[in-house]
Amino acid sequence: MDFSLTPEQDAFREQVRAWLKENIPRDWSRRVMASAEVPRPEAYQFLRDWQRTLYDAGFVGLTWPKEYGGRGLTFMEELILHEEMALAKAPQILNILGVGMAGPTIIAYGTEEQKKRYPAKILSCEEIWCQGYSEPNAGSDLASLQTRAVKDGEYWVINGQKVWTSLAHVSDRMMLLARTDPDAPRHKGITYFLLDMRLPGVTVKPLKQITGDPEFNEVFFDNVRVHESEILGGLNNGWQVGLTTLMYERLALGFGLQVRLRIALDGLIELARRMEKEGRVLTKDPVMRQKIAQLWIDTECLKYLGARAITKLLKGEIPGPEASIGKMIWVETHQKLQELAMEIEGPYSQLVRGSDWAVESGVWQYTFLRSRANSIEGGTTEVQKNIIGERILGLPKG
Amino acid sequence: MDFGFSEEQEMLRASARKFFENECTSTVVRQRMEEPAGVTDDFWTKLAEQGWLGLVYPEEYGGVGLGFVDLTVLMEEMGRVVMPGPFLATLLGGLAILEAGSAEQKKQWLPRLADGKAKAALAWTEPSARWDAAGVATTAKPTADGWLLSGTKLFVLDAHIADVTAVVARTAENKAGQPGLSLFLVPKGTPGFEPKLLPTMDQTRKLCEVVLRDVRLPGSALLGAKDGASAPLSRVLERATVALCAEMCGGAQKVLEMTTEYAKIRVAFNRPIGSYQGVKHRAADMLVDVENAKSLTYYAAWAVDENVPDSALAVSMAKAYASDAFRRVSAAGIQLHGGIGFTWEHDLHLYFKRAKSSEFTFGDATHHREKVAQLISL
Repeated sequence: MDFSLTPEQDAFREQVRAWLKENIPRDWSRRVMASAEVPRPEAYQFLRDWQRTLYDAGFVGLTWPKEYGGRGLTFMEELILHEEMALAKAPQILNILGVGMAGPTIIAYGTEEQKKRYPAKILSCEEIWCQGYSEPNAGSDLASLQTRAVKDGEYWVINGQKVWTSLAHVSDRMMLLARTDPDAPRHKGITYFLLDMRLPGVTVKPLKQITGDPEFNEVFFDNVRVHESEILGGLNNGWQVGLTTLMYERLALGFGLQVRLRIALDGLIELARRMEKEGRVLTKDPVMRQKIAQLWIDTECLKYLGARAITKLLKGEIPGPEASIGKMIWVETHQKLQELAMEIEGPYSQLVRGSDWAVESGVWQYTFLRSRANSIEGGTTEVQKNIIGERILGLPKG
Repeated sequence: MDFGFSEEQEMLRASARKFFENECTSTVVRQRMEEPAGVTDDFWTKLAEQGWLGLVYPEEYGGVGLGFVDLTVLMEEMGRVVMPGPFLATLLGGLAILEAGSAEQKKQWLPRLADGKAKAALAWTEPSARWDAAGVATTAKPTADGWLLSGTKLFVLDAHIADVTAVVARTAENKAGQPGLSLFLVPKGTPGFEPKLLPTMDQTRKLCEVVLRDVRLPGSALLGAKDGASAPLSRVLERATVALCAEMCGGAQKVLEMTTEYAKIRVAFNRPIGSYQGVKHRAADMLVDVENAKSLTYYAAWAVDENVPDSALAVSMAKAYASDAFRRVSAAGIQLHGGIGFTWEHDLHLYFKRAKSSEFTFGDATHHREKVAQLISL
């Protein structure tokens, strides 16, 4: 057991920290508003440029093999990078689904041609990716998806609909799961396509969320013709390939999550220091102290769970269902944190952006509302508990 | 970064598991819990032969010279079988001697504790039930040739069978920055030293009241510096708390395994109950509790071994979490077993009661969350 870093890792951290200090654009949050505003082309252009700058400095795709534009480093460097980016409050990369999910899946399953064609443009943000999994009638039960692909010569003709598709409105490509064999058992008749979003028949329609902002979309397919060379991992093998993507999803989204949680907690503590309840500063209230301390502990739990996952990865083991534990802890802690922020603000929690009385310009109201999605997106808490129960504890399926 | 156990530690785990499965069965535990001593000479000797009684003491004092990460592995295995007996008490007494004692006192006692010839205890808490300086009212007054101790200690682990008890007593007023506590070594049979075994909910853990009725001690009984006990005591408490947390993790892990196995075979409405999400999801919650308690405990063990600046915070986080987690997990275990889990015959109540006694040993979750709040400058 050893929690210290090697001198090389320390040096890498210093290098990242120094670079970020020099290169994070000032006032970036006002220019982007962390996707809290109606999508604006200039905001996305800014984020594209930012990823390109990071990429040119060698800070995107650290763990990818060198031949595909990565640096061939370990997950330890990846973790350090994400920690430093979070600590420096740097903007996240825009093509997070491409870098975190599409790229690694293509490297794992792609043909030589696909591996030459896609990964490098993912890292440089020349091509942004979205994930076409969920449908109106296929969420947690993904294998019941109904989007159809029918063969027509060298082409497959796609018809159907996807939903909750983040970034679809700015994406160039989609990781698309479609049913290619309606007669096969439902897990066996699905194929993974690398879809060009500009093909005729693809329509993207923004969805307004609980926060009032359109962050994700519906995507409709009307006789979209995809060439068979865009199949990833073989015909009717989409379930297997798709699961690999989900495994990378929990990994990619997991990095830095703990640090972001910690930063939110620091913000909450600052809030509690300023707010009073019945004449007493909230950090002096014994009940509030208990709640904040528990949040601190839960946040640390996530850090150590991450350290255990990294240990496994560094030993060459594949991340398993343990990622579901991390997802659950993060969700519960983050939602509890956001609830507590509202409790701290008290009656002021009712006021949102636009009111001079709103606390911190209403930023907590946005994050509070947004946090409700955490236990739904990326696999609901109920699905995570099924995974833990069945795949870790070995309990029988229902 | 390596958050895992070494090959040697995994070997220690394997041999400890085998040892306790043979030597500390449910039948044995139930015999010991009915008896006042809670341990047999034979069992204690076997623990000594394994080297476990002196695991964390330096080799020069007859120990094995290992650390608290190693002890964590052993304590997890002890927790799995709800091991009765004065292991924790002797560790407390031994650590007090190790942290505060002179070379002579260490030479006198630690080799004997390590080879099983003697048992120890630490008498700290009192009817005020506080693990801090303000809770200590017992006094030690200087006499012509030594000390005179008076007071009542409460919640003292295994003092009734200890060959030597380290007693915390007040030698000066409690002032800011100068708590005024000292430690004294009181051998068994000292006149006026009267330990009395109390009936406890967790029968596998023996608690005593210790009345000190004008106990006369020689000057050589002082353990460490006069008025200087607080610093060594806080180190003792930190380390013993890590050990207790590890034992709690082991107990909680065992309850999770018992419950999962039962949920796979117990059938209701023609299906194993583990296939119902009402059961499955609660089992998943249990797993999260167990894994988090382990993460925090393992880190705390590493932190005290390495003496990192945040070790006190790490220990309080672990104890706060483990106290809640073991209680929740053992309660869920009973619930998911249904009626059988509520019987005396089934072992679950041993874990449920151990969870409760452990919760209030060295401070409960509320106590440690407040410590966390202080340590993060809230």
